[in-house]
Amino acid sequence: MSLLALPYWQETAIKLGLALVVIPTASLILVYLFLFKMMAFMQSRLGPNDTGPYGSLQLVAEAIKFLQKEDIHPAQADRRVFRMAPVVVLASTFLLYVVLPAGPDAVVQNLDTGVFYAMAVSSLSVLGILMAGWASANKYALLGGLRAAGQLIAYELPLILAVMGVVIQAETLNLQGIVEAQATGEIFGFGAIGNPFILTQFLAFLIFMISAQAELTQTPFDMPVAETELVGGFHVEYTGFRFLLFFMAEFGTAFAFSALAAVMFLGGWWIPGFDVDDNVLNILGPGVMLAKILLIAFFIFWVRFTYPRLREDQLQKFAWKVLIPLALGNIVLTGIFKVVF
Amino acid sequence: MTATSDREQMAYVSAQAADARINVELDTGDMTLNIGPQHPATHGTLRIAARLDGEQVIAAEPIMGYMHRGYEKLCEVRTYPQCTTLINRIDWLGSFANEVPFILAAERLMGVEAPPRAQWIRTILFELSRIANLSLFLGDMGVQVGALTPVFFAFRDRERVLNQIEEVTGGRFHPNFDRIGGLKDDIPKGWVDETRSVMVKMRTFCDEMEDLLVGNEIFQARCRGVGVIPADMALGYGLSGANLRASGIDWDLRRDANPGLAWDQIDWRVWTHPDGDSFARYWVRLQETREATRMVDQLLDGIPSGPIMAKVPRIIKVPAGEAYISTENPLGEMGYYVVSKGDLGPFRVKIRTPSFNNISVVPWVMKGVYVPDVITILGSLYFILGDIDR
Amino acid sequence: MPQLPGLIKGLGVTARTAGRTLFPKRGWKTIIPAPQKGAVTVQYPHEKEAPPDRARGVIALHEENCTACMLCSRSCPDWCIYIEGHKVKAPPRRAGGKPRTVNMIDRFDIDYALCMYCGICVDVCPFDALFWTPEYEYSEPRIADLLHDKDRLGEWMDTVPDFLDYEAGSEQKVRKVPR
Repeated sequence: MSLLALPYWQETAIKLGLALVVIPTASLILVYLFLFKMMAFMQSRLGPNDTGPYGSLQLVAEAIKFLQKEDIHPAQADRRVFRMAPVVVLASTFLLYVVLPAGPDAVVQNLDTGVFYAMAVSSLSVLGILMAGWASANKYALLGGLRAAGQLIAYELPLILAVMGVVIQAETLNLQGIVEAQATGEIFGFGAIGNPFILTQFLAFLIFMISAQAELTQTPFDMPVAETELVGGFHVEYTGFRFLLFFMAEFGTAFAFSALAAVMFLGGWWIPGFDVDDNVLNILGPGVMLAKILLIAFFIFWVRFTYPRLREDQLQKFAWKVLIPLALGNIVLTGIFKVVF
Repeated sequence: MTATSDREQMAYVSAQAADARINVELDTGDMTLNIGPQHPATHGTLRIAARLDGEQVIAAEPIMGYMHRGYEKLCEVRTYPQCTTLINRIDWLGSFANEVPFILAAERLMGVEAPPRAQWIRTILFELSRIANLSLFLGDMGVQVGALTPVFFAFRDRERVLNQIEEVTGGRFHPNFDRIGGLKDDIPKGWVDETRSVMVKMRTFCDEMEDLLVGNEIFQARCRGVGVIPADMALGYGLSGANLRASGIDWDLRRDANPGLAWDQIDWRVWTHPDGDSFARYWVRLQETREATRMVDQLLDGIPSGPIMAKVPRIIKVPAGEAYISTENPLGEMGYYVVSKGDLGPFRVKIRTPSFNNISVVPWVMKGVYVPDVITILGSLYFILGDIDR
Repeated sequence: MPQLPGLIKGLGVTARTAGRTLFPKRGWKTIIPAPQKGAVTVQYPHEKEAPPDRARGVIALHEENCTACMLCSRSCPDWCIYIEGHKVKAPPRRAGGKPRTVNMIDRFDIDYALCMYCGICVDVCPFDALFWTPEYEYSEPRIADLLHDKDRLGEWMDTVPDFLDYEAGSEQKVRKVPR
């Protein structure tokens, strides 16, 4: 199966190195393209344009700035927890990347329970955020941390339920299997473009995107951060490198969730006209994935720059009264169709 | 009292004590949250000391004075022309509107009247500063409820209005253009046409805000029914301006007590909204901005020709007397009570600023709301710190 | 016409603005992105913003007209103008006349660290010695350097724009800047 027959440790080292490069690059791309440039254009301005060509090195400059800053702990903070919190959040992001496929073999670890694993590790970040909010010894941070916990738990459920529809249709929890199922699928006997699940699972896609928005604490659901009321929420006391970790985790996770959506709803790395296990896809697949990820991230950030934020209770109501029943209905419908056809 | 044995009594007492203990243990206690003096939602240094139960506000008290600059006292040791430079800095977003009532009060004491051309240009600049002020509110309210983009649109389009003000007065924020007896200078050539095109752009801006915020379901969910101030409460707390009109009271000093500016010579209307919630306040201000652009258009058409200054002595001495003039400023009723003893400067100036009264309703309106609503209400009441503390 | 949901309209507004910023050109050139033109911001150190002619940027001093009468210094609300002068005998205007007494300024300093740009000094000057210019680039790393002496103030005189014509209906006379 594997392209190169390498010893286990060499393969692992290569994959680890790649992951270490991919995650900062991923957040860099997202931040530059969307947070810096797209937001600026939406607001009739240019965004950063002095550092590097078209300001593309701005984030590198910012990272260097963050590294130079003093590492400050609040006097009353629980130091150990305070220091650990950003690492926990970032770890959740790193673990997500383990199962994201970019080609038939271009995946760190092809887990049979890929979807299950991804959902599980993504909720790990709640722990880090709660730790940060609690350990900061700041009332705003505490409120932010508690909100984050309440919100992320509420939105984990519709997220998983939305994914269930896809899993039922693909009959596998393996992300590679889901890509294959889409590639080999047919739309009423027409199989040239496969069967991207966004067509059959459009409702699930919508629910997934909305919940992902909440999971990523992006704007209609960004109460844990809420600059204008909680002044930054759980990361209000963080400076320098630790803040950079939070920042990287936020955008790294946004990238990972876009990738998940691309894999599960848009057909992943598969290109129409190729066999599913064609080796060429190991080269072309990452490019296709990147394009799809950017498309989805575009929508995530477009919404983020346009909408006001909801209130915490309204968000909970929306999750429990609208999204979860809809997601359950979607599962039932998918199940019925699966049995009938 | 029935006779009970010691044992029964002891059991009763210990049961009560256990209950009390449980109550104490389960009591979560209130949390005091200081919103401000350095908080992005307070536009400066207002502090709201809020007692919270969870996320619910039990009591909120605004604490002001962090930016007190003592302008009433400073005015006493300055001449009349020097006073206007201070008065510019009270409501710094609509500075020109601040100068007008003070100058009018001084004019009334002196018994001079500015020539009609000066009055018209005053009215135009007054309405321009209202547009500059309110357009920033329209965008800023978006930031308060979490939308990033509207405030950038507001800054973008307010800049055009400020440029127009600067082209006439020389100052973007602190025009210092009003003089006792008229204006410092006339308007430059080509300004009228430029202003007309800017007004068209401001109307587009209002449409954009309508699409981005007013029509947005999330914005409505955040603002409708939040911070409702009924009409009698609004009157009782002395609210003025759009906050009062949003509670359904048809009250506008431009129409009801026009101190001589050109408002009575053009066709316009006063907007009110019956709800009295945050959404109503936003809506009323949006309509007022639109109405102001239409008013400026009409005013530009009808500028009379003539001199810009009445005959006043070079060194201004205001005869002894007292005068109170208030006008409908962007934020509400702004009035100056000027007492003169015949000197070069006023003997005493009492400044009635709208924000100070508008903010006084905060303890009443913020009972039982959630923390995010505190921000929504603060944003929709629209105060300017310089206007509160002055 | 059915009403579009406000959420979608909002997305439309931001997308339209992004489009206008990225593709400001008209006609077939629309496809060329030119955000430099479409953005409303001024890229300050690279391109300069041009304030209007009446903008109160910095005060210029026309030294020949100044008589050290101290009116500006006295009317300044925060007393940031420092003037010192002495009297000299000047030759008479007409031949055979009495020699005149003229005030010569030794010192005319404006402390821009204190100035609040109200413009009262320019207004009260009865001899047309002070003028506003829209220049704004004179910040200094040391606050003491913001005190401009009469030579520095005199240099600003070159940047004073001519007074603008007035809109129709005005009875004001357009003043002249002494050069």
